[in-house]
Amino acid sequence: MWKWLHPYADPERAYKLSGTLFPWFAILAGLLIAVGTTWGLVFAPTDYQQGDSYRIIFIHVPAASMSMAAYMGMATAAFIGLVWQIKLADWAAASIAPIGAVITFIALFTGAAWGKPMWGAWWVWDARLTSELVLLFLYLGVISLYASFEDKVLAARAAGILAIVGVINIPIIKYSVEWWSSLHQPSTIRITEKSTMSTEMLYPLLINILGFGLMIGAITIVRFRAEILARNGMRPWVRELAKAEEVK
Amino acid sequence: MMQFDSISDFFNMGGYAFYVWLSYGVTFFCLATLIITSARQKRKVLIDIAKKMDREERLKETRSTKS
Amino acid sequence: MKRGISFTQAFFTLLQRDLKIAIRHRGDIFNPLLFFIMVVTLFPLGIGPEPQMLARVAPGIIWVAALLASMLSLERLFKADFSDGSLEQMLLSPQPLAILVLAKVLAHWILTGVPLIIIAPLLAVLLNLDGNSYGALISTLALGTPVLSLLGAIGVALTVGLRKGGVLLSLLILPLYIPVLIFATSAIDAAGMNLPYDGQLAIIGAMLVGSLTLAPFAIGASLRVSTN
Repeated sequence: MWKWLHPYADPERAYKLSGTLFPWFAILAGLLIAVGTTWGLVFAPTDYQQGDSYRIIFIHVPAASMSMAAYMGMATAAFIGLVWQIKLADWAAASIAPIGAVITFIALFTGAAWGKPMWGAWWVWDARLTSELVLLFLYLGVISLYASFEDKVLAARAAGILAIVGVINIPIIKYSVEWWSSLHQPSTIRITEKSTMSTEMLYPLLINILGFGLMIGAITIVRFRAEILARNGMRPWVRELAKAEEVK
Repeated sequence: MMQFDSISDFFNMGGYAFYVWLSYGVTFFCLATLIITSARQKRKVLIDIAKKMDREERLKETRSTKS
Repeated sequence: MKRGISFTQAFFTLLQRDLKIAIRHRGDIFNPLLFFIMVVTLFPLGIGPEPQMLARVAPGIIWVAALLASMLSLERLFKADFSDGSLEQMLLSPQPLAILVLAKVLAHWILTGVPLIIIAPLLAVLLNLDGNSYGALISTLALGTPVLSLLGAIGVALTVGLRKGGVLLSLLILPLYIPVLIFATSAIDAAGMNLPYDGQLAIIGAMLVGSLTLAPFAIGASLRVSTN
C-alpha cells in the first residue's frame, strides 16, 4: 500500500519535488494574506462593541489556530520518522519547530496587545493565553533539545519523542488550564464570539487563516530543503549544487 | 465598502492605533525575520559544504606531494 | 533463548540495588529534601508573615516547591548508571526495558517522594495551612509525586547524554507538570473550604495510571536514543 510513496523518501527526489511545489505555496500564501489583511483592515465593518481594536483578530486568530496545527503537523512527522524510520519526516519535523514557535509568539503578542485595550491589562491569566504560553514552552523545548545534540540523527529522534509526549499532554494541559481559569475567573470576557460575527468579518478571517497555513507550508519547504542539503553533504548531487553555489 | 473616510482616519484606527499597528508591526517583523533567515539557510549550508570540499581537496594535494 | 531470571525478579533486583546505592550515599536523599524545606521557608520571608495570606498561598507554595525538588533530584536518576556503563548493560539485558525503567523510577520515588510527603505536613504547619486541608495535602502528594517522577524521567532520559542538561531539563518537563499542579492545589483549596475534593483526586489518579502505563515506554525509547 505504501510502495508508491517510497520513491519520494529519496532525499534528492524530495528536494526536487518540494522545489516545484514551493512557488505554488508561496504565491498563494502571499496573495491570500494580502487580500485577507487588506479586507480586514480597510473594508471589514467596525465592531460595534470593540471599535477598530478588533482588527487585530485578522492576525491573532490565524496565528493561534495555526500554532496548534503546526504542532500537530510536527508531531505527526516525528511519529512517522520514529516508527517507520523515514529520515525525511524527521527533517520535516525539525524544520517546522522554529516556525511554530514564531507563530505561537505572534499569537501571544497580538493577544496581549488586544487584551490591553479590552481587558485593561497586557496579560490576564485567561485559559487560551495560558495554554498558548505552555505551547510556546513545548516548542522551545523541542527546538533546544534538537539543538543540543551534536549528532543530528539522534537529535531528531530525541526531539521526536519529546514532540509526541507533548502531543499526548496538550489536551490534558488545555483541559486543565481551561478548568483552572473557570475556577479562578468569575467573569470571563469573551473577545471572539463566533456566532455573532458577521460574514463581512468572517470571510477575511477565513482567508487569512488559509493564507497563514499556506505560508507556514512555504516556509517549511524552504527550511526542509536546507535541512535535506545539510544532512546529505556527502552525496554527489549535493556536492554539485555546492560547487555551483561556490562559482556564483 | 471602505470603512474609513480618509488616510489619517485609517491610521488612527478609531483611537486604537497604537495597539493595532503594534500588533501588525510585530507580526510583520517576526515573519520577515523568519522568512529571511530561512531563505539564507540554504546558501549557508551549500557554502559550508563547498568549503569542506575545498579542505578535503587541499588535504589530498598535500598528501600526494609528500609521497 | 533462556531468560535467566523472571520479570518480577529483575524488577526487584534492580529496585533493591538502587535503594542500596542510595542508602550508601545519604546526601542524595537529604539534599532535595533540604531544598524543599529551604524554598518553602523563603516564601514567608518574601511575601510577609500574615497568617491569613500564608494560609491562602500555602498549597501553591508547597506544590511548586515539591515540583522543583522533584526536578532537582531527578537529574541524577540515570547519571551514575550512564557514566559507569551499567545503563548500557540494562539496555542489553533480555528483560524488557520498560520494567527495568519502572524499577528505577519507583526507587527514585521511594527515596525522594516519600520523605517529601512525610515532611510536607510539618511545613504546612509553618505556613498556617487550614486544618481541613491536611488530608487533601497528603493524598494529592501521594498520588501526584509518582506522576512527577514518571514524567520527569522522560526528560531526564532524553538529556542524560548531554553535558549541560540541567537547564534544558526544566524547560522540557515543567510544562508537563502543569496539570498535576493545577488539580493538586485546587483539591487542597477545596478541602480548605470544606468542599468535596474526590473529583480532583480521581483526575490525578487517572494521570498516575496513564503515566504509569505509557511513560516507561517513552523513557525506554529515550534511553535508547541517549546511549546510542
